[in-house]
Parts: sequence; structure tokens; C-alpha cells
Amino acid sequence: MDVDTVQLDQGSGGRATHELVEGLFVSAFRNEYLEEMNDSALVSVGPGRVAVTTDSYVVDPIVFPGGNIGSLAVHGTINDLAMRGATPLYLTAGFIIEEGLSLETLRMIVLSMAEAAIEAGVFIVAGDTKVVHRGKADKIFINTSGIGIVPDGIDISGRNARAGDVVLINGTIGDHGMAVLCKREGLAFENEIRSDSAALNRLVHSMLEVFPGIHVLRDPTRGGVATTLNEIASQSAAGIRLFEEALPVRDDVAGACEILGLDPLYVANEGKLLACVPPDAEEPLLRVMRAHPLGRQACRIGEVVEHDAGRVFLRTRIGGHRLVDMLRGEQLPRIC
Amino acid sequence: MEYLDEYRDPEAAKSLIETLHRRSPFDRQIRLMEICGTHTVAIFRSGMRQLLPDWIRLISGPGCPVCVTASEDIDRSIWLSRQPEVIITTFGDLVRVPGSSSSLHRERSRGADVRVVYATLDALRIAEENPSKQVVFLGIGFETTAPTVAAAIRQAAAQGVDNFSVFSAHKLLPPAMRALLDSKDLNLDGFICPGHVSTIIGAAAYEEVVSRYHIPCVVTGFEPLDILHSIHLLVDMVLKREAKVINQYRRAVKWEGNLAAQRLIDEIFEPADATWRGLGMIPGSGLKIREKWSTFDAVKRFAMPVIEVKEHPGCKCGEVLRGVMTPPECGLFRKVCTPGDPKGPCMVSSEGTCGAYYRYQG
Repeated sequence: MDVDTVQLDQGSGGRATHELVEGLFVSAFRNEYLEEMNDSALVSVGPGRVAVTTDSYVVDPIVFPGGNIGSLAVHGTINDLAMRGATPLYLTAGFIIEEGLSLETLRMIVLSMAEAAIEAGVFIVAGDTKVVHRGKADKIFINTSGIGIVPDGIDISGRNARAGDVVLINGTIGDHGMAVLCKREGLAFENEIRSDSAALNRLVHSMLEVFPGIHVLRDPTRGGVATTLNEIASQSAAGIRLFEEALPVRDDVAGACEILGLDPLYVANEGKLLACVPPDAEEPLLRVMRAHPLGRQACRIGEVVEHDAGRVFLRTRIGGHRLVDMLRGEQLPRIC
Repeated sequence: MEYLDEYRDPEAAKSLIETLHRRSPFDRQIRLMEICGTHTVAIFRSGMRQLLPDWIRLISGPGCPVCVTASEDIDRSIWLSRQPEVIITTFGDLVRVPGSSSSLHRERSRGADVRVVYATLDALRIAEENPSKQVVFLGIGFETTAPTVAAAIRQAAAQGVDNFSVFSAHKLLPPAMRALLDSKDLNLDGFICPGHVSTIIGAAAYEEVVSRYHIPCVVTGFEPLDILHSIHLLVDMVLKREAKVINQYRRAVKWEGNLAAQRLIDEIFEPADATWRGLGMIPGSGLKIREKWSTFDAVKRFAMPVIEVKEHPGCKCGEVLRGVMTPPECGLFRKVCTPGDPKGPCMVSSEGTCGAYYRYQG
């Protein structure tokens, strides 16, 4: 029987599952570890400390301008590894699929995961598939876990920001969140806002080559730049001061935020990193970042200060100051 | 952004602020109220307060629709959400406002069907998609949102969507301004009048307040330069003992307002007495659905009980809304009342004064 949607028995562990796994996942992710088809993959990682991370992806809609849940699941987990200075090596992927998802959509998602993994130079070495009754999941949820290796001498952590450090970012803020929101709510603007979803490991690699002493790297995903900087300020017991005029925001993102009453500082990114580095590293780092396709608009957006430990302040365009608090709850659209 | 960056120009803003400083000193404070919550947030976001000379006092007013919604209306919304086969549709902020014993947020986690919409017509669409359910839209807002709600009712009638109704708790701003001026404990010198509301009602709507109370009003845009410009215009009038309406926000607001929207409001709604949190009952300050459209009136469709209202005993939202108290003067502020666990509406809403103090002032 030829069907074009995912059926319950394709997650039951029997022949149908086998066919789906062999025909789609293994052939898309093709690598020596996965092809062994054992209960677990055996990998070697070489010298250094092992970084481990996991994340689940439930984005709605599953396809958005600039990416889909599959590419996002690969990029996101790679970025979490890269933010410790790790070289990502292996990923696992777990799928929870709602019965009735179109096979074409699933294939497209899986292929873009494979493509994202190849681009970033990682292998997807193990996986799992479950199919649940209609309504028990929303189309598809993906969990990815990853491991990577941190070379000796690298010590990157949210606790390491020091007064005097400068805060760098590799480009514009709020692109991913606005791309997803506009797609979800059917909001159309003149130009389509595209997600910035991307794997940052190669950018981080080139940054560490010119300056291995980076203090902090974080990817400002949910909660945006404001929330991530608050976390850094609190972990490092330091204050952070941002400069409003330095914050890079695309015109279309700024316009959409304006209309919806949102602040780009709180909108999610999936291809951005924040770095806290000593001031003398600013120039060489910005140079190497701007030479990389994911860092062309890299710039300094703030500095770490001694006072106001645990807090983030913004110097406004007109010269005032205001607190930049952590996001609480959902950022809601205005009603008048 | 073109058309907006001009109104955020740092050099122009700095020179306006310097000019204000050069005008001092005065023998007394000049007390200006920004009525609208969007202005309150814009003022905080720009960090303007600490740059102004200390003889100018900006007082936040009752212009946050969620904040001024009476507790009994919140409780009635919660009661509605508990009725079987009812879907509640609402704008976002209202969901977290605490009522006497619950909130729509809490009811949703207990199984109530409460959906946040971005536009009233989305609520109508939900009604069409769920013909076996009753879909109630919570009509909270000022003159800005009322026309879209009126349009939804008219469309529901045209399309015969009979499972759609509106719980109208709309409020009108000019009557509230009169009530504030009548209360005598504010000693206001001028109003920074709302931009969005005025696009509908027009700058002309403030003429009555100006002539009756001899108080200057400036309809104001939302960028730092707009607000600074308006403060200059208000200070000028105060010093000359002049009182008139000036429309600073001419790029969006017409003198007579949006006549089509006004007609739409008038077709569906009629003015009614309304209770405001903090200000109490103000005659003619609300909008109720006209008899002709009463099949779309949730108040008529559901036999709502009288609910005894219990507000948090320490909550000073009422005083904050009248401008006689600032949030840090409230004993609950920051200690037990936070955006994560709000005790009153001014902490919940993104446009509420307490929320603005909490988020931007630290």
C-alpha cells in the first residue's frame, strides 16, 4: 500500500519502522557509525574534555523562512557545544512524530538535518523514532543531543565575564523570533523576514584561533540578547552596560517589532553569539568575525562594568539609562 | 527606520533637554500627566525622566486598558471561562491579571479554553471554526480598539455567526480625564494626551476638558522627540497661563479624528456608566452594546451572577492609576508584587505603570 503520510505502525518497532528508518533516516544521515545499526554507536573522541548537551525542538510552524525544525535542531545543539569552545563531533536525533504528518515534509526535514550536519562537519550517529496518535503531538518534535571536544587551555563559561570586558555580537538581533512569529501569525511585510538559524562552530573556531582567551560565549536564543546578558551578569556577578545606538537590528525586524509592540532585545536568535572578551582582543576578534559569512555585521554592543553586579543597563540614544530586565513570561503584543 | 529615526535623533533630543534646563528655575513644580500607558513605557525606555529638570514632574495616568478594568469585570471574565462549551478570546495582557481568586491564566491551566488573539476578527474566525461552542471576545480597551470590535460584531451579524459574543468593558478617555480633574488631589498643570486614542477621537475631543478646566492638552506621538516637544509646548502654555489643545502628533492624528471609526463605534455601542479600577464609577465613560445588536452581547447571552470582589488588601493600583502614588511607594512593589507573581493589574500589563517602574528603573 502506498501512503503519503506517516502511519502509527511506522513507530511500532516492526517492519514498517525498519523501512522508514532504513529508507529515510539512515540513507539521509549516512555515516559509518549509524550504518552499523547496533543499539548504540561507538565513537572515539580524542584528547581534551568532552562537552555534552541536549535540546528539544517544538517550533511552530515547523517550516519558516530561513529554515525548518530539522535544520534548527542541528544548529541549536551544535551552537550549545560551540558556546563552550567545543568542536562538535557527534549528534543523536530523536523524533516524536504525529500520525498523519506528510512523508514529503518529514523527508524534507530529515534532508535538511543531514545537510546542516554535513555543513557543520558533524555526524548524526544514533537516532530514535516514535509515532503517536493524532493530537498527541503537534506534527513533529525533535530532540538532539551532541558531544564535542574542548581543547586544553580553553575556558569559556558564563561565569567568566570581568569588569572591563567588551561585549561583542556577530550580527543583527531578533531575526529568528520575528521570522517565526510573522509566519505563525500570517503577518506579511514587504520583505519576508528570514531566520538567522545557522551553525556557529566554524565562526567560533576562527575566533578561538586568533584569541583563545575568550571569557564568555553564549547564544542568545529564547529570551533574546537581554535575557542571555542577564544570565551572564548574574553568573559572573558583574554589571553589563549596553549602548542602544550600537545594537544591530534589521530595518524589517525593527519595523515588525514596532508594529507588534515587541522589543528586539527579547526576541530569539538562532545564529548569533555574544562574546565577552578583554578590550585588547576586540579588534582582532571583530576582524576575523567580519571576515566570516556569519559575522559580517559583527560589532561591539556593550561593556562589562564593576558596579550594578547581576544587572544589565542600557544607555539610551538620548543619553538616559534604563534597566534591561530578564524576560518574564511571554513577550506579549500590546493591546491599544 | 525611515520616518521614525528622525524622531529619535539623539542630538535634537539633547538640545531640547538643554533648552528645558535653561528655562529653570521656577518657584514651583510643573506637573504633567501622561495619560497613556504607551507613553509611560516610551518615557521609561528612553531614560528621559532622569534627564529632565527636577521642576518637571511626569505623572503616569490611567491609560492602560488592562489596568483600569474593574476587578468585577475580571471576575466575570473568569466566570465566563468556567462555563461549559465556552471559548474565551482575548488580547494577551488580560490573561495574567489576578481576579478575586483566580486568573484566566490559571483557569487555562485547569482546562478552560482561553485563547490569545492579535485581532478581533481572529476571534470571529474561531467562532466560525467552532460552531458547537460559544466564543466570547473580551472587549477591553479604549477608543482605539472599540472600532475593530464593532466591525467584528457587524461582520458576525452579516455572516450569521450566532455563537459569537462580546463582553464589552470598553472605556472612554475624556470622561476619565474629567474625573481626575474633579478629584482635586492631583493639581495637574497639563496633559500629554494619547496618540493612538486620538487617531480615532481626534484632537478636538479634548476641547471640552480644556475649556471647562482651563488645562493645556497636547496630543503627542510616541518617540522621544515627540514627547520632549510636547513637554516644551505644555510648559509654554503653563507659563503663559494659556489653555488650548495642540496637536503635536499631526503625522497620525487629525483634528476631527477618524470619522468612519467614530461612526462605527456609534452604530454598535452607546455610552454607559462604567467602573474603573482606582477611579470608581464614572458616568458615561464606558461603551455598552446597543439593544439592536444585543444578540452579540455576552452580558445578555449569559446569566452572569453578581460576584463579590476581593482585591489584594495592600494593592495600591487604584492610587497609582490616579497618579497620587508612585509604584515604589506601594508596600507590595518588588517585595510581593512582581511581574512573575503580580498582585495587581499595573504590574501585569506591558503598559502598566508598576511594570514599567519594575522593568526599566530597577
